[in-house]
Amino acid sequence: MTLLMLATLLCGAGMIGAALVALLTRQTATAVLAAGLLSLFASVLFVLLAAPDVAMTEAAIGSGLTTFLFFYVLGRIRREDKK
Amino acid sequence: MIRNALIGLMLFILGSAFLTLTMGFEPATELNRTAAYYATHAQEEVGAQNVVTAVLITWRGLDTLGEVTVLFLTAAIVSLVLSRSKAPKGASGSGFLPSGELLTTGTKMLLPLIALLGAYVMANGHLTPGGGFQGGAILASGALLMLLADPSRRFGHKIIHRVESASGLAFVGLGLLGMLFAGGFLDNKLLPLGQFGALFSAGIIPIVSVLIGLKVGAEFASILESLEETEDA
Amino acid sequence: MAQVSLLIGFTLILLGLYGALTNRDILRMIVSFTIADAGVNVVLVSVGYMAHRTAPILDSAVPAGQAAARIIDPVPQVLVLTAIVIGLGVTALMLAYAYRLFRLRGSLDISQFMDLKW
Repeated sequence: MTLLMLATLLCGAGMIGAALVALLTRQTATAVLAAGLLSLFASVLFVLLAAPDVAMTEAAIGSGLTTFLFFYVLGRIRREDKK
Repeated sequence: MIRNALIGLMLFILGSAFLTLTMGFEPATELNRTAAYYATHAQEEVGAQNVVTAVLITWRGLDTLGEVTVLFLTAAIVSLVLSRSKAPKGASGSGFLPSGELLTTGTKMLLPLIALLGAYVMANGHLTPGGGFQGGAILASGALLMLLADPSRRFGHKIIHRVESASGLAFVGLGLLGMLFAGGFLDNKLLPLGQFGALFSAGIIPIVSVLIGLKVGAEFASILESLEETEDA
Repeated sequence: MAQVSLLIGFTLILLGLYGALTNRDILRMIVSFTIADAGVNVVLVSVGYMAHRTAPILDSAVPAGQAAARIIDPVPQVLVLTAIVIGLGVTALMLAYAYRLFRLRGSLDISQFMDLKW
């Protein structure tokens, strides 16, 4: 039980740290990566909360596909900004 | 200045509401009635080991159909918003540099494995964690890998759209067949429940799961594809 | 345990809302919305959590006869499962509109878009 609690606290610290990085950084790319990291920590937290289905979905969708959607749009906007 | 103060005030009020909610939260020790019903009847009524998938596909199957429809609308709107001007054939829409040897070779090796994992996750949704949505997302990440490895290659729009509409139609068709031959829309008793815990068991759950996976994967792939193929301004 | 994760989720919601309200860049606002989204999901899952119980899967460890006493509430998990998928759809829509706005004005600064302001 205490081990579970410790893991939960670590995960929570990681999530809130990643959220702070995402909010405070200057570069948008770093913010997007930090949001993806937050999703990964969230999926670990879902495993700890005994929700493996949700953890799988979050890992595949939240941290994988969402990050790539952001990078597609970000790369597009960067290239057009240069023109 | 006023703006910052207002934001601070709003967050403070919301935060205090959240704090009282957290302080007053008593973790339940017993399942509530709905959850207890789902837990006790999962074996005899649905025959699925994974209660989450059982709830998602049978008891709340209509909601899942609605959700897949919402996702379809999203994909349609994204392609409507973005695809005023498709990039000409052969030209790379996203303008990414050609990918390296490593990524191309790695994609060739990994793609069948990713597709296999996606199919496994979809078909075993009633036994292990997983199901249509997860498997669909895995399939879509395979499509994403393909797009990354060869940005100038055109995806088969037609194939994606046909897979998407065929699986959607089959989903609704199965539901209607349930109305005709079993208890109601998307009723699980359309097929025999089989042996509890076997791959071919739990009525129509594996079939519906695969259909949802194909539909979700096609929708995500079409969102990615319309983001990738729009011509630069 | 459930209370700790509730607190984590609520903190994430607040952080995300703060970011969405204070950032001027539209892409950063969307990133903040995804953070708040993750927070809502964590809150919902932790509401369904019960101590000393296992995941809602009836295998050899949890015989179906005593399932009601051994598994946690499956309903919030189903809810969150759909919420994550719809969340990706919402994010994709927001990004598509943001890209259209960028094409229209050549900028992503929210203070450039004054059409509906009076």
